[in-house]
Amino acid sequence: MIPNDNIIALATPSGAGAIAVIRISGEKAIEIVAPFFQSAYGKDLTKKKSHTISLGHMVEGGKLLDEVLVSVFKGPNSYTGENVVEISCHGSPFIQQQLIQLFLRNGCRMAEAGEFTLRAFLNGKMDLSQAEAVADLIASDNAASHQIAMQQMRGGFSNEIKSLRQELLNFASLIELELDFSEEDVEFADRTQFKELLGRIRKVLKGLIDSFAVGNVIKNGIPVAIVGEPNVGKSTLLNAFLNEERALVSDIAGTTRDTIEDEISIGGIGFRFIDTAGIRETEDVVEGMGIKRTFEKIEQAQVVLLLVDGAKLRADSDKLKNIVVDFEKIKNRNPQKPLLLLVNKADTLTEKDKENIGGALSEVRYISAKSGEGVEDLQNKLLEFVNTGALRNNETIVTNTRHYNSLLKALEEIEKVQFGMEEGLSSDLMAIDVREALYHLGEITGQVTNDELLGNIFANFCIGK
Amino acid sequence: MFGEEYDVIVVGGGHAGAEAAAAAANMGSKTLLVTMNLQTIGQMSCNPAMGGIAKGQIVREIDALGGYSGIITDKSAIQFKMLNKSKGPAMWSPRAQNDRMRFAEEWRLALERTPNVDFYQEMVGGLLIEKDKVVGVKTSLGIAIRSKAVVLTNGTFLNGLIHIGEKQFGGGRAGEKAATGITEQLLDLGFESGRMKTGTPPRVDGRSLDHSVMIPQPGDVVPEKFSYLDTPVLTTQRDCHMTHTSALVHDLLREGFDRSPMFNGRIKSIGPRYCPSIEDKINRFADKDSHQIFVEPEGWNTVEVYVNGFSTSLPEDVQYKALRSVKGFENVKFFRPGYAIEYDYFPPTQLKHTLETKLVQNLYFAGQINGTTGYEEAASQGLMAGINAHLKINEKEDFILQRDEAYIGVLIDDLITKGTEEPYRMFTSRAEYRTLLRQDNADLRLTPRSFEIGLAKENRLKRMEEKEKKSDAFVSFFRETSVRPEEINPILDSVNSALVKQSDKMFKVFSRPKVTMEHMLQLDAVSSFVDENNLDREVLEQAEIQVKYSGYIEKEKNNADKLLRLEGVKIPKNFDYSKLKSLSYEAREKLNSIQPVTIAQAARVSGVNPSDISVLLVYLGR
Repeated sequence: MIPNDNIIALATPSGAGAIAVIRISGEKAIEIVAPFFQSAYGKDLTKKKSHTISLGHMVEGGKLLDEVLVSVFKGPNSYTGENVVEISCHGSPFIQQQLIQLFLRNGCRMAEAGEFTLRAFLNGKMDLSQAEAVADLIASDNAASHQIAMQQMRGGFSNEIKSLRQELLNFASLIELELDFSEEDVEFADRTQFKELLGRIRKVLKGLIDSFAVGNVIKNGIPVAIVGEPNVGKSTLLNAFLNEERALVSDIAGTTRDTIEDEISIGGIGFRFIDTAGIRETEDVVEGMGIKRTFEKIEQAQVVLLLVDGAKLRADSDKLKNIVVDFEKIKNRNPQKPLLLLVNKADTLTEKDKENIGGALSEVRYISAKSGEGVEDLQNKLLEFVNTGALRNNETIVTNTRHYNSLLKALEEIEKVQFGMEEGLSSDLMAIDVREALYHLGEITGQVTNDELLGNIFANFCIGK
Repeated sequence: MFGEEYDVIVVGGGHAGAEAAAAAANMGSKTLLVTMNLQTIGQMSCNPAMGGIAKGQIVREIDALGGYSGIITDKSAIQFKMLNKSKGPAMWSPRAQNDRMRFAEEWRLALERTPNVDFYQEMVGGLLIEKDKVVGVKTSLGIAIRSKAVVLTNGTFLNGLIHIGEKQFGGGRAGEKAATGITEQLLDLGFESGRMKTGTPPRVDGRSLDHSVMIPQPGDVVPEKFSYLDTPVLTTQRDCHMTHTSALVHDLLREGFDRSPMFNGRIKSIGPRYCPSIEDKINRFADKDSHQIFVEPEGWNTVEVYVNGFSTSLPEDVQYKALRSVKGFENVKFFRPGYAIEYDYFPPTQLKHTLETKLVQNLYFAGQINGTTGYEEAASQGLMAGINAHLKINEKEDFILQRDEAYIGVLIDDLITKGTEEPYRMFTSRAEYRTLLRQDNADLRLTPRSFEIGLAKENRLKRMEEKEKKSDAFVSFFRETSVRPEEINPILDSVNSALVKQSDKMFKVFSRPKVTMEHMLQLDAVSSFVDENNLDREVLEQAEIQVKYSGYIEKEKNNADKLLRLEGVKIPKNFDYSKLKSLSYEAREKLNSIQPVTIAQAARVSGVNPSDISVLLVYLGR
């Protein structure tokens, strides 16, 4: 029946860390770990109560492997509903592997992707939409997407859809009644009410569908293109946001030939910074390709930062004119897109210099990526660009592509029903469209089973979750 | 007396029994029909009509499969109506009023003319069973008749109890004895049984009614018919009439409520909600002070009249007094009062899709014994049981119709998967894919399948193939032929449809809601195509539906394919659901007892919700 063999996987990200957690689930999880665990207080692991942590050593054949904390959860009150042991060990990949190999030799097998959550689902610990939300939750890397995933785990908009679907279902049954009892004196479904309901459903669906665009950027990060000539300090700016050395920084112009993306959380919102080559015309073939790509990236971005080297502006007056040209070029191609002109290395500029520059360029911001001057202001400005109103108001936001597609299909069917009403279509034919709409709404709320989506949901987990 | 062993014994000669005997015999089984009264074969116990919404489609399906109900109905019809003609073609439902006596006579004659059918009149009191397998029946005289299979179609006769007011007496129908013994034996064998209730209105003398104050309900001006074969079309018809109850009638009926077995607790079993007695209607819809009553003649020549809509088990004096206050009934003379009847049924979840019982091999149930109501529902089960009994004893594959193939498939799957708490009647809304299950295409859907198993005869298949070929050709003609604006615009103008500016394919114009075949026939190209190819009404109708509703038909077909995918996910035999903890308790119980064959069937079990199905899919998918 339900596989009750014992599975093991690393529950923390692979690679080195301070500590790592290895999770084992299965009927014999505790018995498998116990013989290799020497408690600091001499207690047998199998005698420990559920939901307790024990300090001790993992020992194999007299050889000490690591000092560990072992948590014991007895089924059914565990994540998977089975017996679960979690071993917190030191985070070296070597130790992790030693321990995992030890248990693989002693009755465990490697867990498949999503198998812990799958077992939790099969053992009735969570329903499908919760499982789906767990996947999102694990993947969320900023406060906003975390909030949305949590909202979904608590039911989210599915309750609203559920009640609308119920209303539609009631109407559908009235129509069916009319059809099957047309020979008898039954009362007919009120068409005015039906129209009103369809209008209401359509509005809700439209709102949710529109929220997908917002939801999607929140989930995937808001793309921001940083455009600038080589060596204006793009990488340094990124690092200032990141507070760590990730992008490659050197003084040789054109180091950043390809686009590099970095996701940084600012004020709880994920931003995806796309570091691009500049757009200055060049003889260099490789850089020429980079320029074309830069414009592509500008297209995809929601915000564009044009970064200029302040020191060079001061030294070269032509530069100033060129920047104006660049600025206009980007603006003309993307008139709606927020575009900020940033003069970097402001620490090297005098007030006089700034006056000069300000005379030629309006709406300019001075920053020093290196010293951090102006960076915080810039961050605040970025947050302003983001339409987080919906999020702050706790409004429903759709981020799940599956939900989005079902909403689109449901809307299409609802509009067909509305059209049919206008055209005086026979109600048995209208009922077909209503049934379709109910089906797609049901896909969202889980009131309809679709075998394809099940596979997707559990494929979204990485191993060990 | 019965030295030889029969292949199939059918117990009961109602709609289910008669179809079962005919099907088994026509397929080649040596068949015995045992009934308590050979004079009541094919008796219409309730209203003298066949078909109606969803039921008419079933009769067409029975006919397409080679059953007799359609033919008998056509031969004995006194009125024909295609109901719901203003709606989409899936809703078109044929219904006939019948001459009750001729209907039964035609059934008797049809069976007598069927080779391989023997008859015997006696009550069957028990089954002969050896090692979980039925091997014959035992009559009340103690005669053992051996057979390889038995089909039980006992109708309302098993421990039937008739109620009229406070009087009650054993009986299977008014004036007929109840049957005993079978229920008791089946319970001993481990079957579960229940009680159901149904009722019937008074029959009255038509000469005592004033039809002039009622609203005539004539048949169709151009009547159609049920059978796809050459059966007679009505040339003259008899009218029905409509009248109404009033507040006064309701008050008079209410006076008898304290003596009503429905309300004083004598009748505990559940009757059909969809076919309520008049006292039920008054009780449940207290704010309505008028209900429709249909006055239906019982035949061409008889004066007897059926008072449809006035089913009741109130005391006869109350029935009489109240009915006299109905408009047109002031001087009514009763032939007999209405009554209610309680009878044993066996929850149909104890059956397989072939209608064979899970407990006893080669034993089949059909009709009201399975908790259904209606002649059509019963007849179709009888047909399917007869077919499957024959196939089983000849070690051939089961004959099962899917839900997207036939109403009969929906009916049987509902019965064995969901069971039923009240007498089960077919509705179009029970079919997920009703646009596919139309009365016009039952032959196209089912005749080839029936021919394959040896029931439908070659002439039937030939007719169907001819119809299919001709209508396909006609549809292609509309797809391929263009029409010029000057030809089509006058027609479009006449129906207030937008005019066309350039030539377009006929199919496109024809697809418009307001354009009908009649309009298209005004085009020379169309009418000459019809003449040259000698296309009849059926072909015209088929082509029209296929053009005008192609979008919806396509959509339903796609949806049916989706369903088919879940039908393809088989559940292992004897699957133990109790170990799947995430299934709801109810789902575990129900699934364990019904043991569905596929995920799709599991999804239809009542009490099993989609999240349970998700669990099963995830589990089986791994």
